[in-house]
Order: sequence, then C-alpha cells, then structure tokens
Amino acid sequence: MLIHDLGQLISALSFSGERGRNRTFNLLIKSQLLCQLSYAPILRWGCGRSERADIQFTMAARVNPRGYPILLVALINRLVVENLKHRPIRTLLSVLAIAIQVTMVLTLVGVSRGMLDEQARRSRGIGADIVVRNSAGGALLSMSAGNLLEGFVPFIQKQPHVVAASGVLLYSSGFLTAPVTGIDIASFSRLNGGFRFEQGGPFEQPYDLIVDDYFAHQNHLRVGDHTQLLNQSWRVCGIVEPGILARTEVPLETLQKLTSNTGKISAVYVKVDSPKEIQPVIAELKKRMPAYGIVPMEELISQISVNSIPMLKEFIDVVIGLGVLIGFLVVFLSMYTAVLERTREIGVLKALGASPAYIVSILLRETFLLAICGSILGIAITFGARWLINDVIHGSLIQAVVPMWWPIAGGIAIVGALLGATYPGLKAARQNAIEALSYE
Amino acid sequence: MSDPIISIRNLTKSYHVGEVDVQALRGVDLDVQRGEFLSIIGPSGSGKSTLFHIIGGLTPPTSGSISIDGRDLLGMSESDRTNLRKERVGFVFQKYNLLPTLTARDNIAIARDIAGKNGVPEPWFEDVVELLGISKRLGHKPRAMSGGEQQRVAIARAIVNRPAILLADEPTGNLDTENSNAVLRLLRDLNDRLGQTVLMITHNPEAAAYGHRIVTMRDGRIVET
Repeated sequence: MLIHDLGQLISALSFSGERGRNRTFNLLIKSQLLCQLSYAPILRWGCGRSERADIQFTMAARVNPRGYPILLVALINRLVVENLKHRPIRTLLSVLAIAIQVTMVLTLVGVSRGMLDEQARRSRGIGADIVVRNSAGGALLSMSAGNLLEGFVPFIQKQPHVVAASGVLLYSSGFLTAPVTGIDIASFSRLNGGFRFEQGGPFEQPYDLIVDDYFAHQNHLRVGDHTQLLNQSWRVCGIVEPGILARTEVPLETLQKLTSNTGKISAVYVKVDSPKEIQPVIAELKKRMPAYGIVPMEELISQISVNSIPMLKEFIDVVIGLGVLIGFLVVFLSMYTAVLERTREIGVLKALGASPAYIVSILLRETFLLAICGSILGIAITFGARWLINDVIHGSLIQAVVPMWWPIAGGIAIVGALLGATYPGLKAARQNAIEALSYE
Repeated sequence: MSDPIISIRNLTKSYHVGEVDVQALRGVDLDVQRGEFLSIIGPSGSGKSTLFHIIGGLTPPTSGSISIDGRDLLGMSESDRTNLRKERVGFVFQKYNLLPTLTARDNIAIARDIAGKNGVPEPWFEDVVELLGISKRLGHKPRAMSGGEQQRVAIARAIVNRPAILLADEPTGNLDTENSNAVLRLLRDLNDRLGQTVLMITHNPEAAAYGHRIVTMRDGRIVET
C-alpha cells in the first residue's frame, strides 16, 4: 500500500520500526509535516501496519500529498544530526565555544545597559528638575571636574520658582575607579527629602562617608567601620538605600579641599515648585548664565546611552569582533577535522552523485545547528553570569537582560560559524572522489 | 543485436604520479550489451579499477571514446559526470561504504535524495528489499550489521534509482564464502529478474563465473574475452 496523504504519513510515522531510537527525529518530521497542513485538505488516518508498509514509509512516504520535498529536507537534516551525535565531545566543545562567544557579547551589552539604566535610575533619584553644568558636559557629568563656581548655588536658589538648589562635586581618582561625590547634605536633602538610612545617619565629621547598601555589601562595611578612599581613611557614618546620586557621598567641603577644588563644584541640581515651571526657569537661567549648560533632568537622563560613555561602543564592537573570530576559529577547526574524518563518506556521497553544493550544504547545516545550539546555550549562560554578577559576587557592576540582543548575538555567532565552515566545506566539495573512496 | 549500453574504443588513461606518467589504460575496446552481467578479472595493476572509475564517471578518460547509455563521456564536464553517477550508474564497493551514522533505510534513501527522487519508490523495489533479505534490518546502523548484510544494503542503495549500469568492485572481497555466494547469487538474480546490467570486478575466477561473460585485463588492456 502506498502512502498518499498527510494523515497516512503521520500515522505511518507513529509506528515506525525504530519507534524508540528515532522518536525525537520522528517528532521533528511530524512537526514539519504539521507545518504543511495547509497543503493537505484531506486527512485520512490509518494504514496497514505491515512490515511492507513500514518499508514503504521508510523509503518514500515522507512526502506530502502535493509532492513537496519533505523527505529531502528531513533526511539531510537527519544526516546532519546523526553526524553531530557521532562525535559528541567535538560537538559539545563547539557548542560551548559558540555559547561562550554569545555569552561574552550578551554579558558586555547587559552590563553596559545595566550600568546605564542604574545611572539613569540614580539620576532620577536625585529628585532635581534641572541640571546646571559647564556647557561642555555630555550626558554624564565630567568625573574630575570642578568647573563651576560654588557661588552659583545661592544665586540659583534665589531665582523665582526654585525651591532647592544643591551643588555637587564628582571626583574620580582614575579609570574604572568609582567616583566619590561631595554633597552639601542639607541642600541636597531639600531636593529629594533626604537619604533613607538603613543604618547610621548624616555626616558628623569632615571625614565621614555615606555609602549605599550595595557598596556596603560589596566592601563588607558597617556603620563605624573605616575604609580608604582617595588615600584617606573615612568613617562610615551611614548606610542608605541605593538609587540616589552615587554609591559613596562625602562632605562637599572635604572633597573640595582634598582635590584642590575649593569653591568649585561639578554641577548644580535644581528643583522647581512645579513641572510647568521647568522650561521658564531654564529660560531665565540661560539668560543670566549664557555660558553654561542648563538642561531638564529628564533630557539629561534620556541622553544616557552607550554613546554617552566614551569608547564603550567601540569596546563593544571589539568584543563582537573577537566573538566572530572565536566562532570562526572553533568552527573552522571542528569542521576541518570533520571533513578529514569523513573523507571516505564524502567520497561515497560523490559516488552516489552528490553535487558539491549538496556536500557543502551538509556541512553548513551542521554548522548552523551548532551555532543555534550554541546561541541558545549562550543565552542561558548569560542568565548564570547575571546571577553571579548581580547576586553572588556583589560586584559594583549591574547586568541587565537585553532580549533585543539575543538574535543579534545569535546572528553574530551564526555568521562567524558559517565563515569558519566555508573553507572546510569547499575542501570537502573539491575532494577527489577516487582518492576519498580509498582513504583509510 | 541492440546497441550496446557501454561502448568503449581505444580508451586510454594516464596519471601523473609526481613527475612520472603512469599509463593505466593503453587502448581498451569493449562493448557491453544491455542486461548483460560482465565479469572483469585481472591481476592488481591491470587497469580494472581505472576502467571501473571511468565507466562510473569518477574520473575522465585521457583519450579514445566511451559511451554509456548513449552518452559520450569524453567531453563531459565534472558536473555532467556527477549527473551520470546520479542517474545512470550504481556502485557497489568492496568495503560496502555505507554511511556509518545513518540506518540502513536512510543509507538507501539518501541515494534517492541525491538523485532528487522524493516520491514513492517503484513497487519493484519492495520486491528487491525482500529478495535481498534486509527488510527486518532496515532500522539498524551499519555497525550493528554483518558484512553480508551491509553489502546487501549497499546493493539496494546502488539500484534504488534503477541505474542503467551496476558497477560492483570486488563486492565479495570482504566476505566469507557463504556471504560471498549469497551476494553473487543476488547480483545474478537482479540481473535475471530486472534485466539489470552488471559489471563486476573480481580477482576470484569462481565469482567471475556468475557473469554471462568474463573479460581479462592485463597491463591496461583487455587480453581475453
């Protein structure tokens, strides 16, 4: 009995002689068949379950009723899967390497996004409506610049509709060093109602330090402990909830003295009595302080992006490039050894009349499958990395989940892998059939 | 008598091994009729395998003329020879050469895939599978099969696309006497029942005797028909 329609096909699949071993693959075939339902208006279930029917299914029945070449796709994919299963360690290592590549890209992007989101959150936590800075400033405040006179603070405070103005000085002693922020805690508290202390309280001495809970965890600090910042010993006077300004705050005057910025600040945060007064106050301040950058806080926050951190985008590009290189090299080696190992099989396929494209297609499908598996594993590992960074290590980094980058990282992995498979694929396609058949 | 399915005239083939020219075939003349079972015997280095490879389209001849099922091989491109192997020729090798990662049924099915035949195989093939005695072994991979079973699967693979010519290169070279006889009987049966043209290379005169005709090669020439 020949199998003529999709219903019979699916039925035949369900009693394939290899039910146990090939269940997964049969399910794959079934899913492919079900995808073709639109081509099968009539579903007729059931057919004879004789050995002979099984043979017929085996040889030919994976064809939908209109003759679409499902078998071609299914069988070559089966060969691909079986080839990968044949060398599980090599396959696993290839998948793992691609996964690490994907994880690397996603973790970097996630950390960048996480840090920027955190920066935006903490900027919002300040509670200011307007920021006054030196006009050269970007989205992020200049890290070591006391380029604004502290005398502007009382001037701004006196403007109509301004309910609070507070000057801050940001200072960082070096690259990748967390900045220290000097604040006048009285005026700063008027912006946002003040810090929410989990332990301790405001500054009592010049060398007192307020840290947020995250920083305290990271450095194992409690109130009364001393810690080193800017080559000075500071006493932790208070531990606050995170989310306002910075992770470490010290008295403004102390920081100004320590950094030779007496009388200077980095920015003035301004709060007005009503949101509708933001633009009029800005306009008025711009008239009086034309040389300075005066912007709404929300605008400043909206500018916080990868592009606002110098060289970050370039750094991400370099990591992506490295990712492509890793994928390329790993897959190149993997496929090259596979081609050498399968020299005789390639010869057999050629003897059967397989075209170079058919042989290359097998290798590219294997590569594609490796890259897909590696990408999925890489995404999963990224969650593990995020858990380590955010919850276990208590580092100062924050990693966000960025699903938008999953297909991008996967695409990068696939491109690198396919590039890596190109030369081995061409080598296989150009194999001399006679030499390949005599290969031991 | 009808036109021969294989017609070879003054066929030569030379290889370059380093800087040395090796004359593998030195002017072969041979006609094979449609439906004939021809055995080719000869010592190692006599040119049997080279002739086999040229007839199968695995390598081009150097000079002379050769026509397979009406198609001239001399001017064929690599792509044309690929199509010849796909459509007109089936191979059976001494070492079976099944794909180790596929089951017997998929080893057979892949030949159809490659030939672009995705439909139901002709009913005659069911009889062939029964004749070969492999219907219960189709779900097994080569490593789980005996040499005789593997060779029978290889025969099924070679003829599933109903090639004009079946080329068997020492098909019993790796088999014991019992399995050798079984395989040779099968080849003869296929020839008798389906009219399948078979060319078989062998060292073994007893195996060669299964053919309708025996030709002997020596030093790149056919010396006895």
